[in-house]
Amino acid sequence: MAHAVRKLTAHVLKTNNVESIIGNTAVRANSTWWGNVEMGPPDVILGITEAYKRDTNPKKVNLGVGAYRDDNGNPFVLPSVRKAEEIIHKKGLNHEYAPIGGEASYTDAVAKLAFGENSPVLKNKTNVTVQTLSGTGALRLGLEFITKHYAKNKEIWMPTPTWGNHPQICNTLNLSHKKYRYYDPKTHGFDLQGAIEDISKIPEGSIILLHACAHNPTGVDPKPADWEKLSHVIKERKLYPFFDMAYQGFATGDVDGDAFAVRHFVKEGHQVTLAQSFAKNMGLYGERAGALTFLCGDEGSAAKVMSQVKIMIRVMYSNPPLYGARLVQEILNTPELKKQWLADVKSMADRIISMRTKLRAGIEGAGNKQPWQHITDQIGMFCYTGLKPEQVERLTKEFHIYLTKDGRISVAGISSKNVDYVAEAMHKVTS
Amino acid sequence: MSSRFAVVEQGPPIEVFLLNKLFTDDTNKNKVNLGVGAYRDENGKPWVLPVVRKMEKQMAADETLLHEYLPVLGLEQFSNSSVSMLLGEDSPAIAEGRAFGIQVLSGTGGLRVGAEFLNKHLKYTTFYYSNPTWENHHLVFVNSGFTNPRVYRYWDDKTCAINFDGMIEDLKNAPENSVILLHACAHNPTGIDPTQEQWIKIADVMEERKLFPFFDSAYQGFASGDLDRDAWAVRYFVKRGFELVCAQSYAKNFGLYNERVGNLSVVVSDSKLIPAMKSQLTWVVRGMYSNPPAHGARVVANVLSDKKLFDEWRDHIKVMSARVMQMREALRAELVKLGTPGNWDHIVKQIGLFSYTGLTSKQCEYLIQEHHIYLLKSGRINICGLNPSNVQYVARAMHDAITKFPAQEDQPSKL
Repeated sequence: MAHAVRKLTAHVLKTNNVESIIGNTAVRANSTWWGNVEMGPPDVILGITEAYKRDTNPKKVNLGVGAYRDDNGNPFVLPSVRKAEEIIHKKGLNHEYAPIGGEASYTDAVAKLAFGENSPVLKNKTNVTVQTLSGTGALRLGLEFITKHYAKNKEIWMPTPTWGNHPQICNTLNLSHKKYRYYDPKTHGFDLQGAIEDISKIPEGSIILLHACAHNPTGVDPKPADWEKLSHVIKERKLYPFFDMAYQGFATGDVDGDAFAVRHFVKEGHQVTLAQSFAKNMGLYGERAGALTFLCGDEGSAAKVMSQVKIMIRVMYSNPPLYGARLVQEILNTPELKKQWLADVKSMADRIISMRTKLRAGIEGAGNKQPWQHITDQIGMFCYTGLKPEQVERLTKEFHIYLTKDGRISVAGISSKNVDYVAEAMHKVTS
Repeated sequence: MSSRFAVVEQGPPIEVFLLNKLFTDDTNKNKVNLGVGAYRDENGKPWVLPVVRKMEKQMAADETLLHEYLPVLGLEQFSNSSVSMLLGEDSPAIAEGRAFGIQVLSGTGGLRVGAEFLNKHLKYTTFYYSNPTWENHHLVFVNSGFTNPRVYRYWDDKTCAINFDGMIEDLKNAPENSVILLHACAHNPTGIDPTQEQWIKIADVMEERKLFPFFDSAYQGFASGDLDRDAWAVRYFVKRGFELVCAQSYAKNFGLYNERVGNLSVVVSDSKLIPAMKSQLTWVVRGMYSNPPAHGARVVANVLSDKKLFDEWRDHIKVMSARVMQMREALRAELVKLGTPGNWDHIVKQIGLFSYTGLTSKQCEYLIQEHHIYLLKSGRINICGLNPSNVQYVARAMHDAITKFPAQEDQPSKL
């Protein structure tokens, strides 16, 4: 202990790194500091929700929403979450600071959920798993870590298209980002050949972003055989796979099935990095429960990575918010609650799948000549309908159905009460 | 396959957490934790404020409560209440629509979002902080893009008071548009705040040199027990016509440490600029964590907006601040009784959670090793770690350390 204390002394007695002023001064507007601040670009999706709210038409439908809704169009607090809240509340816990990386009971549980109970990488303690501010927080932390500590090619390749915030985060970090082919607009499906071709040309050592399941915004996922091919070419190119898993369990209703890609890559020896979110699959959107995992290959590297990740967390928000994480931890670590949760998440996935089925049947049933198989082939919350901007505009103006210009709909916004109307409208604008 | 992370260097440990770990692992029954800054009651236990428990119970029973996303800038009711609490309900800045707040991840989150915004959109690169200051200030700003960290003199270890002439001189030499980090009250780690006259002079210099105030308010109410008194400095600067930002934390004054509840208040001279500023702050947050956690902010918002609960809360902070003051008195009394060398008045003159005792690093090391009393090497102690059953033990140990390792034989404590 004396040694630890001496080390501590040495560390603290280091002087702050005070540099001399270079004196970069900005021109200040007359009486305000803020005169040069430019108006930022508006958020597209927020704009759609705002427009929907303003619409007084009784038939209006919001297919822009990125949160699950039940069959009455209402937010859904999972029964397992309600139970967990009761249990946690009764425990009467205090609100003392969490460890910087979150509580071990949480990080262990979420890592097991992602990689499998008996995953060797977890058993060997070669993983670094920290709690983050949901998926966004994990992506930001992971990508920032890469910009600071990754020794190879600091460029990240993303699927075309991808979630709007992916390139945004990279821009914030001045991290160069490029695209690989992914969605095939002709088939409304996965462009395996295009993806493989593009990935084969990515410079060695670059980072490749992959959506683990329920691709956002297209809903198009590679099949297991496709994932095997992707794994192969990614390994050949010595690329660094960074998975974004925001929908585990939510895609097919099966948490293990939805984790196939991640686990396959791990089995194939890739040292993946994983961003996890519990916003959708536990309905904990606003409580910001997520996790970031680095698979580091060996314990020594893991220890070093953890020390650096903690410093990065410390200078961003010090330590994570516990309310949501405590619920996740309670659910995952209590067998009856976990069982309830698996049923809850399956019920959400099932409802989405049944709405896809009904929507497709409705459009086809109206005699529409276009192909609509992709509606049921695609998976998860979102569906790339293939509608063109003019058709989208008609849907909104004539039918008061709100969705993004790229033709993406949130299937969560469809219910048994409005699916016929939506099908009818989609048929009309595409005839 | 060799790890791609083999090149990563081991990061230095963060002192206060390492200290906490040492304390936790220590099996000595007399051990005392004077390290990490959290309130402890007279039994050395964390205290969940009764009004917080009450609100959480109410929220737990509310079947209509959902977990939907908050707006990017957080719960508006929470921010409005926070801005009012800081600037005063009747603040002209509020009446004129020139003040707004955004919800952030406690104090650290407020500092980080504020600093990133100032660096990216105003292109500020120089920032000043007190010597000493909270150990995280430097890195938060550096990681936000600031490239020129500077210190202003503050703590004078010879007098255990503010080196005010030094501070003013350093501010006078600061380049225009430097961001000056100021502790709104209960300076961490020294516990010494400028007097009102001193704040006026600081404002004079900052106005003259066109320096930008960034207040860190982590202890409003907790310092003196009076919310208005603890906000005097911020309100004075607003009255003087400064534009400023202030990172507010509810970790200590609401005891909501692990729910990360904070607000970043912004005061501008022209309300027309606010939409553009909010839009850019939105993008800063979006790229960091999308939107803030709801639970803690709801608790605070509900309490602040209900007169009865708000009054209850004010009683709680009086209790906490009173206990702190009581322990300051008790420690000083014990040291005086023991005839410990030195003047111990600073312990009761200082305010808030912390006291810069003036102990040297050698004396601190001895306190940890020999007496199992855990404090930072700078000599900073968390007064809350003291209680009637250990204050005598601590005083005796301090006396022992000071007489065994007198200060002149050693380097004075420094950052």
